[in-house]
Amino acid sequence: MQQPTSGANQRIARIAAHLHPPTLQIEGESSGLGRMDCRAKGGSPGFKVAVLGAAGGIGQPLAMLMKINPLVSVLHLYDVVNTPGVTADISHMDTNAVVRGFLGQQQLEDALTGMDIVIIPAGVPRKPGMTRDDLFNINAGIVKTLCEGIAKCCPKAIVNLISNPVNSTVPIAAEVFKKVGTYDPKRLLGVTMLDVVRANTFVAEVLGLDPREVDVPVVGGHAGVTILPLLSQVKPSCSLTPTEIDYLTDRIQNGGTEVVEAKTGAGSATLSMAYAAAKFADACLRGLRGDAGVIECAYVASTVTELPFFASKVRLGRAGIEEIYSLGPLNEYERAGLEKAKKELAGSIQKGVSFVRK
Amino acid sequence: MAATSATTFSIRSTIAFGPKAGQLPPSKPSGVRFNSKNSLVSFSGLKAVTSVICESNTSFLNKESCSALRSTFARKAQSSEQRPQYALQPQASFKVAVLGAAGGIGQPLALLIKMSPLVSALHLYDVMNVKGVAADLSHCNTPSQVLDFTGPEELASALKGVNIVVIPAGVPRKPGMTRDDLFNINANIVKTLVEAVADNCPDAFIHIISNPVNSTVPIAAEVLKQKGVYDPKKLFGVTTLDVVRANTFVAQKKNLKLIDVDVPVVGGHAGITILPLLSKTMPSVSFTDEEVGDLTVRIQNAGTEVVEAKAGAGSATLSMAYAAARFVESSLRALDGDGDVYECVFVESNLTELPFFASRVKLGRNGVESLISSDLQGLTEYEQKALEALKPELKASIEKGVAFAQKQAVAA
Repeated sequence: MQQPTSGANQRIARIAAHLHPPTLQIEGESSGLGRMDCRAKGGSPGFKVAVLGAAGGIGQPLAMLMKINPLVSVLHLYDVVNTPGVTADISHMDTNAVVRGFLGQQQLEDALTGMDIVIIPAGVPRKPGMTRDDLFNINAGIVKTLCEGIAKCCPKAIVNLISNPVNSTVPIAAEVFKKVGTYDPKRLLGVTMLDVVRANTFVAEVLGLDPREVDVPVVGGHAGVTILPLLSQVKPSCSLTPTEIDYLTDRIQNGGTEVVEAKTGAGSATLSMAYAAAKFADACLRGLRGDAGVIECAYVASTVTELPFFASKVRLGRAGIEEIYSLGPLNEYERAGLEKAKKELAGSIQKGVSFVRK
Repeated sequence: MAATSATTFSIRSTIAFGPKAGQLPPSKPSGVRFNSKNSLVSFSGLKAVTSVICESNTSFLNKESCSALRSTFARKAQSSEQRPQYALQPQASFKVAVLGAAGGIGQPLALLIKMSPLVSALHLYDVMNVKGVAADLSHCNTPSQVLDFTGPEELASALKGVNIVVIPAGVPRKPGMTRDDLFNINANIVKTLVEAVADNCPDAFIHIISNPVNSTVPIAAEVLKQKGVYDPKKLFGVTTLDVVRANTFVAQKKNLKLIDVDVPVVGGHAGITILPLLSKTMPSVSFTDEEVGDLTVRIQNAGTEVVEAKAGAGSATLSMAYAAARFVESSLRALDGDGDVYECVFVESNLTELPFFASRVKLGRNGVESLISSDLQGLTEYEQKALEALKPELKASIEKGVAFAQKQAVAA
């Protein structure tokens, strides 16, 4: 039988102390934590998560996966159409999260009030022949509206932004938050997890390994050549031939297009995107819970390069991003890729910033 | 009982910090087993089972939280110490085919199966759109290999060597329709698919989701009999969603921790043929007559509740995928040698005078090992009456399916 670890004892003691506040005899100072500092507010473990765009191709399977996650206590599903059906469907699942549905912009504020994490898959997907940038005009407006709601109703929430083109929508979100005065760069993350998932899968395939054992850092941005897999830093360490490196880099950069083509107009990656987004949201939740060592790649406000935003490994914690890791040693191939990535990324960032400032 | 508001739904369920979650498959199991009559204590990856396995950093539950959680289950674990440890080494070793993988249920179901550590190959079949779904899923970093098969010419290849065949194929209900209204279209679809199963993987477990299950399972049985490969222990009508709904509604009503709740649901999979045995709920809880009536009706009509809420956009897809995935996971564990797998499911049965009946069964390597007849003993008066009331409808549905299959056989 497993004995409770000291970590568990500490957690249990903390929760018990919350329920029965001790009267401490320490001279002079009051040593209690203010109620707002206690993680378990009101004694209920778990966090409140909102999915904006929950009736969409990504939103629906994402909502299903979040409903299954034990760290979610409340799940708010928001969209402009069809949320009642999705909510009724998901609410029957026998897991703990309380599900509520919200339909239409007039309900956006109710959907967002009190949320700890807001995941945004809302927007239109690519069709064959389109780049993520072609989605800009529609999705930029959607993201702006949703972020205005977040700034008003849950400014301290951690935002996971999926809507493409992520390279631009994250700067848009930042500008919206800055305008209102609620911008916290530690709490705004563009989700690039799918690139990591793809990298892990494709590298594992080439090497003949279990894809769960492979970890490839993917930095830069979330479109075409801005996606920069650092294959020299793969764990477990391995050597790849130049042909393999070319093949893998190309495949990882175009993984999204691979699916758009295969779906011949029916959409873009939905299931794998939901999987990756749920995995990333879970990492944010574990960080919020106070777990140590939660490290994932994400597209964030960054000083790792001269660009204002850049994806790299970040450590997640209770305040959102606790630490941003630099890129580490790059080989020549990767340095060349980095320069190409930065050029395109600079343009996308500027496009996003201009959209809001205009 | 239709949804009360079209715009805001609030379903309260109790909040419990439990390990029930759709975690990502861990790389190494820790093999802690808990004794449980509840077949869904932990839902890890797809693991609708009793162990909390989490050693990899990529799992939703990481190492530290797992050891904390395990300690909260120490009490339950105690009794399992006396039993031989089922060494849970989730070797990815089973092949699963999903027929209808591009559909509303098929897609999220395929995603959940892709996330299971026990699956080595996932065959996705449909008449269209499945290449895109397969390309999408193939990017997930889990061990199963995804293969796509489109159209009747490729159906045989989709099924070769498969251990479990899941059939969600078919059309869903629209508001105002009963499951029986789907009969004509879905009966043909199921017949065609099961014929191919008989020809290509006759030893596989067959999970039928296509409605009306009360009829499509007998159709499948007839087809398999005609082909001479019928094994009643391996043909299942998936009724897990009724159990899931029963658990949710009971926990809500009685303010229980969902992780503890297990309600057996017997009978069939449509309207009044769905019989939740509330008196046999675990943990033991008492209901007023009014509560029994309300809950039974709600559970029976929950499917319609979703069809109405979707206003023509379909029927339950995500919760159905979740429930079906739970049953797939149970079957995989049974195939893997787990000796503690119990699920409610619609099977050929001698528990009543009807040829098919849903009840709790014990699953093993060869399918159904035994039917749990004790569930039908000691019923309350309400349940006894409901049981008698459902039998004529269930009988008629079964006979409709059998007649359809036999007519087709004569015509062929």
